[in-house]
Amino acid sequence: MSAQTDTPPPQLPAPPVDDAHDSVPRIVPVRRTGRWAAAVAVLVLLAGALVSVIRNDAFQWGVVGDHLTTASVLRGLGLTLWLTGLVMVLGFALGTLLAVMRLSGNPILQAVAWGYVWLFRSTPILVQLLFWFNIGALYPQILGVDTVNLLGPVAVAVIGLTLHEAAYAAEVVRGGILSVEHGQLEAAQSLGLGPWRRLRRIVLPQAMRSIVPPAGNMLIGTLKGTSIVSIIAVQDLLYSVQLVYHRTYEVIPLLLVATLWYVAVTSLLSVGQHYVERHYARGTADAR
Amino acid sequence: MSTPIDVPAPTEAPVDAPAATEATAPADAPASATDVMVEIRSVHKSFGALEVLRGIDLSVRAGEVTVVLGPSGSGKSTLLRTINHLEKVDQGWISVDGTLVGYRRSGNKLYELREREVLRQRTRIGFVFQNFNLFPHLTVLENIIEAPVAALGRPRKEAVAAAEALLARVGLADKSGAYPKQLSGGQQQRVAIARALALEPKLLLFDEPTSALDPELVGEVLDVIKDLAHQGTTMIVVTHEIGFAREVADTVVFMDQGRIVEQGPPADVLDRPVQERTRAFLSKVL
Repeated sequence: MSAQTDTPPPQLPAPPVDDAHDSVPRIVPVRRTGRWAAAVAVLVLLAGALVSVIRNDAFQWGVVGDHLTTASVLRGLGLTLWLTGLVMVLGFALGTLLAVMRLSGNPILQAVAWGYVWLFRSTPILVQLLFWFNIGALYPQILGVDTVNLLGPVAVAVIGLTLHEAAYAAEVVRGGILSVEHGQLEAAQSLGLGPWRRLRRIVLPQAMRSIVPPAGNMLIGTLKGTSIVSIIAVQDLLYSVQLVYHRTYEVIPLLLVATLWYVAVTSLLSVGQHYVERHYARGTADAR
Repeated sequence: MSTPIDVPAPTEAPVDAPAATEATAPADAPASATDVMVEIRSVHKSFGALEVLRGIDLSVRAGEVTVVLGPSGSGKSTLLRTINHLEKVDQGWISVDGTLVGYRRSGNKLYELREREVLRQRTRIGFVFQNFNLFPHLTVLENIIEAPVAALGRPRKEAVAAAEALLARVGLADKSGAYPKQLSGGQQQRVAIARALALEPKLLLFDEPTSALDPELVGEVLDVIKDLAHQGTTMIVVTHEIGFAREVADTVVFMDQGRIVEQGPPADVLDRPVQERTRAFLSKVL
């Protein structure tokens, strides 16, 4: 039990360090046999799955490669990307407005904001989309224009997804604002800063620390969630590959094309989120 | 009850150090010519069923340091917060430099002011918090120039120069680029004092400025406050630091249960208190 470099004795618990040697005793970590066994088992299973995927010709990786960057797939990817971006921006703009209404001193504004969130969180997005798609049945004409002409599938997709997104964004932003210490607001008030300046310069930047992680979640969720617009024939990424496999019956490889793109974009967004979080952590202990 | 048409008697030329003359003299009332900076009349304030201020009357003269002592829950912090309208009073009124705080008087009615007007009034009253309340996402310099630029519309360049001078004054000239969390508590509080001074207020309010500090950091903050006192800044300081009160205060006010129990020069209130309640409190904290 001295500080010599002999092999770690796998024996029974050692008796209390013998004080005969006055050198400091060496610490021997416990052996984690179970951990090693579990790791090996998982690796074997994973390798098996991988081999089966590579050797199963039904995946048709060749077809996947052929379609990965065709013009129509890329067009679909483009639509998915800008639809996601637009819905996030509009959704968070409306959501921030709703959050501020909810936290205002005006009971009517509070109630309206609460009611909005309640309504749009209480119905499935699929139902909301179909509803907006058929809005012409309720209002055949808006401002003298036929609703059907005014609201094409893409406009319906933007409106439907945005209104749904805003309900969730409102709660995320509200949570962020509430996470800012009350003393910050009092300090800003006692310095004579106006309400708009307080919100924009003091409260929201600090709220961003709690807003960004769930907002990142929502962004990734929205990116994938936009695939729901394929049911109203908007040519997003999913619908574009569907158009191909309805013609060629190569269902699996084309779904893989869409999957690979979704994974790629989501991975990029996760990396981006890391940097955004770091930006808003400035001035705190977690800042690097 | 209007604009400062009254003679600006003790004001000196430097803009940021009003009333630098008689404050340092022993606090025997220096005749009648002294300006009243803060006037508090029969102020009541309740939080729900709890009445925390039960009729407060207090006058603070320009250039003087008033230290408010009292057990926790005595209403001293609430009183301080009513002076810049962070808390609204339920009854009575407060004026600072001859102007009603938070209200406009017309006949026998007090009309509540709009937020914009209250905010403008607050720029003349500096407030230093127990927990500093620096903006953690802004650097020290940005913390200090925020209000001069945004609330007073000062040009940024000018505000930066003034902020750097203030930082030098509180001994933190080299910290302008630091974030608050990178500073010690004592340094943060000194930045908070500089931030309050950046508006060149006529009155400074301190709400237990050293209570959140480690004991060894209390001194550096008190030194800055003492320095301001010697330059004749009008201040009201809520604190538990009896030694500071003895050394710096012109007037010591002892509060208990929402009332002012006793007030006067520190030599009287701290060493020869008249009221039994004051004596009991001092015997516990001294």
